[in-house]
Amino acid sequence: MAKPILKAHKIRSDWCKGCGICVEFCPKKVLELDEFERAVAARLPDCICCRLCELRCPDLAIEVECK
Amino acid sequence: MAINKYLRERFFPHLWCPGCGHGTVLNGMLRAVDKLGMSKNEIVMVSGIGCSARISGYVDFHTLHTIHGRALAFATGVKMSRPELNLIVPMGDGDALAIGGNHFIHAARRNIDITAIVMNNRIYGMTGGQYSPLSGQDIIATTAPYASIDPSFDVVELSRAAGATFIARTTTYHVKQIDDFIKQAILHEGFSVVEILTQCPTHFGRKNKQGSAVDMMKLYRDITTPIGSKAKQENPNLIERGIFVQEDKPEYCREYEKIIEKAMGS
Repeated sequence: MAKPILKAHKIRSDWCKGCGICVEFCPKKVLELDEFERAVAARLPDCICCRLCELRCPDLAIEVECK
Repeated sequence: MAINKYLRERFFPHLWCPGCGHGTVLNGMLRAVDKLGMSKNEIVMVSGIGCSARISGYVDFHTLHTIHGRALAFATGVKMSRPELNLIVPMGDGDALAIGGNHFIHAARRNIDITAIVMNNRIYGMTGGQYSPLSGQDIIATTAPYASIDPSFDVVELSRAAGATFIARTTTYHVKQIDDFIKQAILHEGFSVVEILTQCPTHFGRKNKQGSAVDMMKLYRDITTPIGSKAKQENPNLIERGIFVQEDKPEYCREYEKIIEKAMGS
């Protein structure tokens, strides 16, 4: 199976409460918290579309679109 | 997002604390429903009282937000009058096994086709951190400032003894198991119990010095192991996760239909 390619990484920052779960458990360390303690995808080219951030997000704020 | 169609987005962001595991359970449960391709109209979610019970307000199914511990009693009524609907009952540990302990064991004994999700954070979060029957010994809580002396229930063993026919356990760290187990539990005909260890960083974590939500999830990763693993033999203190029971037994609503037929003389 071909490797999935990232189409879009969307974060609804008005839903994010800044718990840092996505930041800590991202296997490629793509995400970080900004100065407002909200998750941002700082290193998108490293994303491998594993979707673990989307699955673990307790605020349902992350959506990873792959193709 | 595919699962957003099941949400009542007007109530978001939700009321749960930052890092609360209940949101991850909601996330996984909606993915299970989405994978099964179910419509909103064939699901009824019934919940009681507590942080966990607020989950029914966020989903766009038929929802009932009922009284403390009695969600399974209401769900039994719904299921018996409309057996074609799928009943999902998310409960907290106290809601399920303290206040609703009797309803829980009797629903399991009857083997009625309901999916019970026990969101076990080992504490009463909403009311300020009192200890619950799942807290266990040596746990600090508002009502146990010098540590709890009560042993805890084991949800899996209790459900097994009471007669549940599908029993699984996982944690918020093991997210892929959440939707897999809930999916299988919904498909199972009979009383299904899915226990999910979910972190309460605000009360349980803070009082018991377990750190942030991230630290608590790492702890779930480290203190659990798949059923029957070699690690469990070497360290019996590890908590097993996986599917413990999956068996076919007569389901309550079907048995009830047979009795109606008998009574009607056909």
